[in-house]
Formats: sequence, C-alpha cells, structure tokens
Amino acid sequence: MSYARLADLGSDALGEQLSGDGLRLRVGPYCYAIQSPEAVVARGLATLYGDFPLVPAGGFADFHVTFGPTGWRQRLRGQLDFFLDERRPFGSVPRSQAYAFLEWGLNWCLSVTMNEYLKLHAAVVAKDGIALVMPGLPGAGKSTLCAALALRGWRVLSDEHALIPPGRREVVPVYRPVSLKNASINVIRGRDAAAVIGPVSNDTHKGSVAHLKADLHPDSHCRAPVAARLMVFPEFQAGAPLELRPKGRAESFLFAAHHAFNYSLLREAGFDAMCHFIDGLDCFDLRYSDLDAAVARLDALVGEFA
Amino acid sequence: MALLVELLRDPGCAAGLTPAQWDVVVPQARQAHLLATLAARLWEAGVSGAVPPEVARHLGSAVVLQRKQCQGLTYELRHLVPALAEAGEPLLLLKGAAYIVAALPPAAGRLMSDIDILVHAGSLPAVEAALAAHGWSAGKIDPYNERYYRQWMHEIPPLGHRDRRSTLDVHHSILPPTSTGRIDVDALWAQAVAIQPGVCVLGPEDMVLHSAAHLFHEGEFGHGLRDLLDLDGLLRHFAEQGGEGFYARLTDRARHMGLQRPLYYACVHATRVLGTPLPPALVRGLRPRGLAALKAPFMDFLFRRAFTPDHSSCRLPLTGFALFCLYVRSHYLRMPLHLLLPHLLRKAWMDLRPEAASTPGRKAAGQGG
Repeated sequence: MSYARLADLGSDALGEQLSGDGLRLRVGPYCYAIQSPEAVVARGLATLYGDFPLVPAGGFADFHVTFGPTGWRQRLRGQLDFFLDERRPFGSVPRSQAYAFLEWGLNWCLSVTMNEYLKLHAAVVAKDGIALVMPGLPGAGKSTLCAALALRGWRVLSDEHALIPPGRREVVPVYRPVSLKNASINVIRGRDAAAVIGPVSNDTHKGSVAHLKADLHPDSHCRAPVAARLMVFPEFQAGAPLELRPKGRAESFLFAAHHAFNYSLLREAGFDAMCHFIDGLDCFDLRYSDLDAAVARLDALVGEFA
Repeated sequence: MALLVELLRDPGCAAGLTPAQWDVVVPQARQAHLLATLAARLWEAGVSGAVPPEVARHLGSAVVLQRKQCQGLTYELRHLVPALAEAGEPLLLLKGAAYIVAALPPAAGRLMSDIDILVHAGSLPAVEAALAAHGWSAGKIDPYNERYYRQWMHEIPPLGHRDRRSTLDVHHSILPPTSTGRIDVDALWAQAVAIQPGVCVLGPEDMVLHSAAHLFHEGEFGHGLRDLLDLDGLLRHFAEQGGEGFYARLTDRARHMGLQRPLYYACVHATRVLGTPLPPALVRGLRPRGLAALKAPFMDFLFRRAFTPDHSSCRLPLTGFALFCLYVRSHYLRMPLHLLLPHLLRKAWMDLRPEAASTPGRKAAGQGG
C-alpha cells in the first residue's frame, strides 16, 4: 500500500517506518531515508512534515540518515548519535536537543555532499512566481523574516540553501521547516495563533530552537525551479526604522559567494554561475525592526518586479 | 562480494543495476571514500549513460570535490617547492599526491586527506625551519604525542598551514625505524624519479613497496579498499611499462628492504579482491614458509574484512574484531613489545579523557577523506 503524504500514514505506520527500514521523504530534488526510534523525532515529523510527499521503498534515496542512541555510554547518558550513511560526523548530543539536531543534520547532509548546484547559504522565498534570495549571517534575522513572510502568503523555497543550477537565474526549491531561535519562537507564535511549531529544543549551542511548518502555500512541494529576480540582505536591528537600500551587484556577489557552501569548490564553474545569476538580480540591504513593516515593504518590492 | 567492488572491477555491469542496488552502492562508495573513483571508472568505461541521473549527481558531486583537491595540490606545490629549496631539499611526494602529480592510474578520482612528502632525516631541522617560515606549523600537540613522533616514528607531527589550512605530513622514512622492515632510505632517494622541476616521486618498485608497507603495516583500514585499488593500479601500470623484469626488480627490492611480507599480502589481496593479473611465480616466491605459513588463514580472515566497504549491506561477521586485531598488529609491527605496551596503556588512558566534538550547526567545508 502506498501513501501520497506523510499525514496519510497513521502514527503507528510512521513509527514502524522510522524504527524499521526508514521513512522516505521527498525534499525538493532529494529523497531522505530517515531511521530513528526517538519519540520526539516521530512527533516532530508528524507535526512539521505532514504535507511532504512520501517516496516508496525499494528505490534510490539520496541521504540515509540514522538518529538514535548507539553505544552503552550514550544510552546511560541519554545521548543520541547522528549518522549519514553509516558515518558519524558529529559528537553525541543530549536527548533534550534531539529535534533541533535532527534538522541540522538534515541540512548538513545537503550542505556537504551535493555539488550539482551552486549552493548559497540563504533563505529563498517567492511571491507571484518571483524568487527572492536572502543571504545573511547567522542572527541577521533571515529565518524570522522568512517565517513571517510564510505566514503572509509567501512561498518558502528554503530557509538555508539557495540551490542555483549553473547557467540559470533560477532557484530549485528544497523546502523544509523554518528554524526559529530564542525570542523569534514567541514572536512568530504571537503573530499567528494557528502557526504550527514543532518540538522546542532548549540549551543548544544556538539557544532554544524550534521549527515552523511553513509549507502553507499550495505550491510548497512543487519541484519546478522558480525564476529569481531579487536578492535582499536582511539585518534585524531593534528599534531601527525600516530601510531598503539598493546594493551593488559586485558587493552582493562577494557577500553571497563568501557565505556559500560550495562556491570555491566549484572553482570557475562557481564563479561563472554566480556571475550569471547575480547579473539578472536587483540587490538590496534591508534593515528592519518591525516584521509587519518589513513584510509590507517586500510585498511592494516584489510587486514592482511582477 | 560487495556490489561496489563488483562495479569497480567490471563497470559494465552498471547497466544491469536496479535503483535499489544503486541505493546500496552509493553509501558503500561514500563509506569507502570511493565515490569519485567509481565515477572515474564508470565514465572511462563509457557506461555513464547507464547511471540513473539521481545517482550521477552524487558521483558528479564527488568529482567536483576531487578536482578541487587536485587544483589545491598544484597550488600547494608552487609554495612547497621554493620552501623546501631553501632547505636544500627537492620535493619528494608520496602516496596520493605522488599518484596525482605523476598522473599514474590510481589518480583517477582519488581523494587525499593531506600531502605526504619525504625529506632526508639529516635535513629535518632545516626543513622544519623553512616550512615554518612559509606558514606551516604543528599547532598544539600533546607533549606525549610529540615525543612519541620524534622518538619512534618515521614522520614528524603533521604540519598545518596557517592561511590555506592544508596539511603536510613530513616523513624521513617509509616505516618507523623500530618496525620489522629494513628501509634503505638512501636507496629510495637514489631511485627517485623527477616529474617536474623540483618535484620527484619514488621509483616504480619503491612506490609499490611503500603503498604495500603503508597499507599492511598501518592499523587504519578506513581507506583499506582505496589503498588496495592504488596497489592494483600501480602493479598493472608498472608491469606494462617495465615489462617482465619489473616483477624481478620488485621482489629483489622487497628482499633488500625486508618487505616481502607486505608485498605478499598486497599481491594476494589485490588479486583476490580486484583481479590484479600477476604471474603465479611472483606470489609463490613471496609466500611465507614454516611457522609463518600457519597464520595465513587467520590473516586472510582479517584482511577480507578490512577490504570490504564498512557498510551494513556488505559487512562480514566479526568485522569489528578483525579491525581491532589489525590495529593491535600494526602497533606490534611498529615497535617491540617492551616499547609498545606502555604506549598502548598511555593511549588508552588518553582516550578516556573527554573528546572535543564538532557540531553540525557550523557550516562544514567539505566531505571527509
């Protein structure tokens, strides 16, 4: 029997797949096979991944992920280990941080292995068929802004990876839930009582972390690339007035390339892909403190390009 | 036999693989650090059309990493050659870097973790000073480990470059002085082959012997299959280039350096796992006799496990035990028991101390290997 979406699996079947041969999820161009006996993983996936397409067993999965306790030392200490294939890239983590760590691990799989796209470290959102790429340093507020946009009808293509096919001005969607840190969790909860937020992991190296189910747009799991027209560098600054300032392409290129996952790995192909991509984009710095004002400004901006 | 090994031996069978089989091959290859090697073999055999696109992108991604490493290596050479020249030394590359720069068959798709070089023991102080002046340093190292390297090893602690983050392993011999081999370093230098101005590699026989000694004396088999592929590629290549005389020179050289045993294991396992065509007389001549022959079945049991990709789809029973035995053996070969036992106790105690763990929140720079 095959199911279309994760939500169509009962919680029993979900648990069976997770503790058996693995739950196979379609994430943009990739298939993740996830094995984990942890209850919080099943709960988090059921909460946040309900609308994800399932992939039938018996085919090819890009990433085989296992997440659970391994040795007796880990079991005694209540620690978990993350494996890609059967290699353990990180140290053990306490069970209280399990869910955040799983999401990081899933990001990591893509960050370190795949090079068929230029991968920028950026959130990507879209409205009216136009993709807006938001590179940003950690803490710049890109995920929070991404979450706020998702709650206002924007489509989220990714909050971590902008996948750019070399020679194209498009971004390939690779949607997963949007990560929220510390104060952002309650900010987003406060903006929409219906917002679906997954398990909260406290005391991680980034503080408290939780994830927003942000595949609210009907096309969220559509796999077709989306044309990119805008690059916005967000910067949250408490109390600052809203400011959207055009930014030079050269400067934008340097910042985005410097924070890319595989720009230098791709060598000339990376440079060419980045040049071609940014040539078709208008770039801006966005300083904001008020999320509503920032969302309204981006709504207006994308309207100018539609 | 692991599906990965079958594919490496006969890339043509790619056409018959199901998606479920590819689902096993890619993790096996990733575990064995052989994704780019597999890509190179499939491409060279002209069967890339038989590889499904979702698999091809994993292979292609590994090739991107490998090409970047090759480019990085070329760049490092531009800095290393003048640095070593200041110490009056040529750059003698070993292992992966040597295969890549000399464009030998194992280079196709081969990943490296660091650059290994050989220098004259007498020049070490000058070499270290010159490298330090060019930005290479050992960084923080435990004093016990430092002393261990200096006193007992054939290399100094690994050097890292402060800006480029490259790692350099500086050797003054190819096995530890306390090991069972009798390495004639002067003879290695005498047979070295220049491949570029200021850059040389070991002569063909020595290159094979070093590859064999490294693989069968070291206890780390995470790269076991890759290293066996190196041997397979080198043996086939040099036999073709050097004619029948190559095997005679190889066995003479092995005898001279006391390396018949690792060469024997290399021949046996390269033939068994990868089908390396070798004259039967070569293996017969190297076969251990007397008491040493008694342990042959046990060694075979151990190495069979070491050359199987470390993945649940193909792992043989008792692999953990076998790898542990090989680890202990490597130490035993490296130094006599009265030196080894205190060292192992000391290391066991050091391992119990809490280890520094990396976290995935940080952006990682590349795949390990």
